[in-house]
Amino acid sequence: MTLQFNTETFRDDYSFHNSQRAIDRFPFPFHEDSYMYAVNMERHQGGPADSVYEKRFDVDEHYVAEMADRAKVLDDDPLRCQSLPHMTLAGWDLLELIMVSKSEEYPDFFELHREGREWYWINKPLGIEDHFTFMDDTTLPYGPMEYITRQTQGDFCVLDQREDNLWMDAGMVTTQADWSLDFDIGMNFFEWHAPVPLAHEKGIFKRALKFLLNIQQGAPARRLNWTMTVNPLLDTSPENYHKWGIQKTTLTSENIGAKQHLRVELQTFFRLPRSNALVFPIRCYLMSFQDIVSKPKWGRRLNRVVRDLPEELAAYKGFIANRPLMLDYLSQFDDGLPTSFGVWPDEHITPTLQR
Amino acid sequence: MTGTAPNSTAPKTVGAAKLAVRVSAITTLNALVTRFEFQRIDGTDFPTFSGGAHTVVEMMDGEKKRLNPYSLMSDPAELSTYAISVRRDDQGRGGSLFMHQKIKVGDEMALSYPVNLFVLDLRARKHLFVAGGIGITPFLAQIKQLEAIGGNWELHYSCRSPDLGSYVDELTENYPHATSVYYDDKKQSIDLDNLLDGQPFGTHLYVCGPKGMIDWVRKTATATGWPQAHVHHEEFLAPQPGRPFAVRLKKSELTVEVGAQESLLEAIERLGVDAPYLCRGGACGQCETDVLDSDGTFLHRDHWLEDDEKESGEKIMPCVSRFEGKILVLNR
Repeated sequence: MTLQFNTETFRDDYSFHNSQRAIDRFPFPFHEDSYMYAVNMERHQGGPADSVYEKRFDVDEHYVAEMADRAKVLDDDPLRCQSLPHMTLAGWDLLELIMVSKSEEYPDFFELHREGREWYWINKPLGIEDHFTFMDDTTLPYGPMEYITRQTQGDFCVLDQREDNLWMDAGMVTTQADWSLDFDIGMNFFEWHAPVPLAHEKGIFKRALKFLLNIQQGAPARRLNWTMTVNPLLDTSPENYHKWGIQKTTLTSENIGAKQHLRVELQTFFRLPRSNALVFPIRCYLMSFQDIVSKPKWGRRLNRVVRDLPEELAAYKGFIANRPLMLDYLSQFDDGLPTSFGVWPDEHITPTLQR
Repeated sequence: MTGTAPNSTAPKTVGAAKLAVRVSAITTLNALVTRFEFQRIDGTDFPTFSGGAHTVVEMMDGEKKRLNPYSLMSDPAELSTYAISVRRDDQGRGGSLFMHQKIKVGDEMALSYPVNLFVLDLRARKHLFVAGGIGITPFLAQIKQLEAIGGNWELHYSCRSPDLGSYVDELTENYPHATSVYYDDKKQSIDLDNLLDGQPFGTHLYVCGPKGMIDWVRKTATATGWPQAHVHHEEFLAPQPGRPFAVRLKKSELTVEVGAQESLLEAIERLGVDAPYLCRGGACGQCETDVLDSDGTFLHRDHWLEDDEKESGEKIMPCVSRFEGKILVLNR
C-alpha cells in the first residue's frame, strides 16, 4: 500500500481535505434511513480490504497532520493526557498492543525489534527511533500511554475494571466531541455517560456495560458513533468551546457544503492482558457535506436522518440551531428514491440523483 | 448483542479463537493434585495474562466434549508455557478424572484465551491473600506478578495436611516472611478476626477456596467493617447434575433433552448451536439467555442474575442453572 500523508491543518486556515480514497473508505455510520441509539457492537477482527475496519489501528493520510495537531493541543493544555498512578501497567499494555499491531500491519511504516525487555521502535512517518526497556518508565521520554498515543490517531480512554464497573482512570483525549477527560477522570461508566439523553431510559448503558465487562483478550469489539462539526476541527473540547462554539454561527447556504462536517467515531474496545484494563480508542473521521453527497446513497440518507432525528438528540449533538440550514442543503440531494440497506455506498446499484 | 451492526463483514462467531496446545509436562504433586503444562503447537508464545486469570480446557472424551475452567498458575511473564493444577474430584462430573487418568504428555488439546474474573486491584497498597486447598492456584500467578513489580502481599494458606499441601514447599522457601500455612489435621486455623483487624489502610483482601471458606471470610470482613469493594473472591461453580428436562430453542428451531449429568449449556452446544460463554461457572454473565416461555420451576444457581431477574422467569444462565417442569423455550 502506498500512502501519501497530507500536509494540512485542523485549525486556523483549515486546510484539511479528504482524497478520493479517503472519501471511498469513509465510515458512513447510518445503515438505514433513520437513527436511534443502539448498542450496535460487533467484533473488531478485520473487515473488507482497505476499509477503516481492516486493521486494528487504522493509519490514513491524515496521520502526520493529526499527530502535529495533538502535540499543539498538549502544549497548550497538558491535562488532556492523564493517568492515575495504578494505570501505568495498563499504559505498557497499550504500548505493546499498538506497537505489535502497527509493526505487523504496516511494516513499511513501523518496526518493532524485541530482545527480551530491550525494545527498539521505529516510526518512519514521524521520524521517531527509540531504544527502551519494556516496563521501565525511566527509559521513555513520556509515560508509556502518552508516548504511544502521541503516535497513534484517535483518542484513548484506558478504563480500569473493578466492582463490576469501568472507571475512566487514564486517557489521551485531544480530538473529542465536546467532553473533557479532566472532568471525567476517575468517574465510572454511568457517571461519565450521565449527560446522554434518552439512552438511559432505554437501558442502553446497562446492557453496554455488561457487554464491555465481558470483552475478552483476543476478541476486541467495535461500534460507530457520530456527531456534527462546523469546520474540520479535531479539538472540539469543552475547554476550548469559546473558540469553536462560535464558529457554528458562521454557516451560510453558500459555505455549508464545505464547512459542515459529519464527524464519525470508530470506537473500538480491547482487553489489556497484564492490567485487565479495557482500552477504548475513539478514532475520529471527518467528512464535509459536499464530499458525502458525492455518494448518491449517502446524500439521500443523510438528509432523511438529519430531518427525522428527535429534537433531544439534535440538541445533544449540538446542531439543532443549524438543522434548517443543513436540510436546505441536503434536501437538494434527496429525490425520494429508496436506498439500499447497510452502510456501504453501493454505487454500482444506486441510481444517480434524479433532479 | 453482537452482530447487530451491518457495518462490515466481521465474523459473527462467539469469543476469541482457541489456542491449539500440546501437553508438555505432567507432574503429580500429591494424592489429589496434578499439574499439567502446555505449549502451543505452532511454537509461538501464549498470550500475556494477568494473575488470577483462568483458561477453559477443552477435553475430547470420546464423543463427549468437556469444557472445564482452571486458573492459570504459571508465571505471567513466562509465556512459552501455560500451567494449571487439577484437583481430582471423584464425585464430580468427570472432567478432573479425565485429566488425571486419560491425558498423557504429547496429547493435543485446545485452551481458551485467558479470562480474568479475579483480578488484582492495582490501587491496593497491600494485597492480602486467603487460600484454601486448590484455591491456591490463582494466587501463585498473582504472587509472581506482584514480585516482578515489587508489590506488597501476604498469603494465608489453609490445607488439609502436609501431604496435601500443594506448593507449600515452594512458597515457604521463596517467601518465608509473606507465607503462613495452616494444616487442618494439626488443628491449625487462620485467626481471621485478628488478621482482618490488623491490616493497614488501603489493603485489599482476596479469597479463593471451598464455598464455606469464602462465605466465612466475606462474612467476617463485613462484620469487621471492611468496605465491600476491598474484598474479592473467586468461586467457580461446577454444574450440578439434576433431573433431565426438555428445552425448545426458538431461533434454532430445535428441541433438546438435557441429560441428568450435562448442563443446559452443554446440551445446547451438543446440537451445534453457537452459544456464548466465558467462565462456565455462573460468574461472568456471558451466557445469559432470554426465556420466551416457561411452565415450571427454575433452579437458578448462578452468581450473575439479580434476584428480581431470577424471580421474573425471563432469564437463565445455562452454564449452571437448570429447570424442572413442562415447558421451557429459550431465545437461542
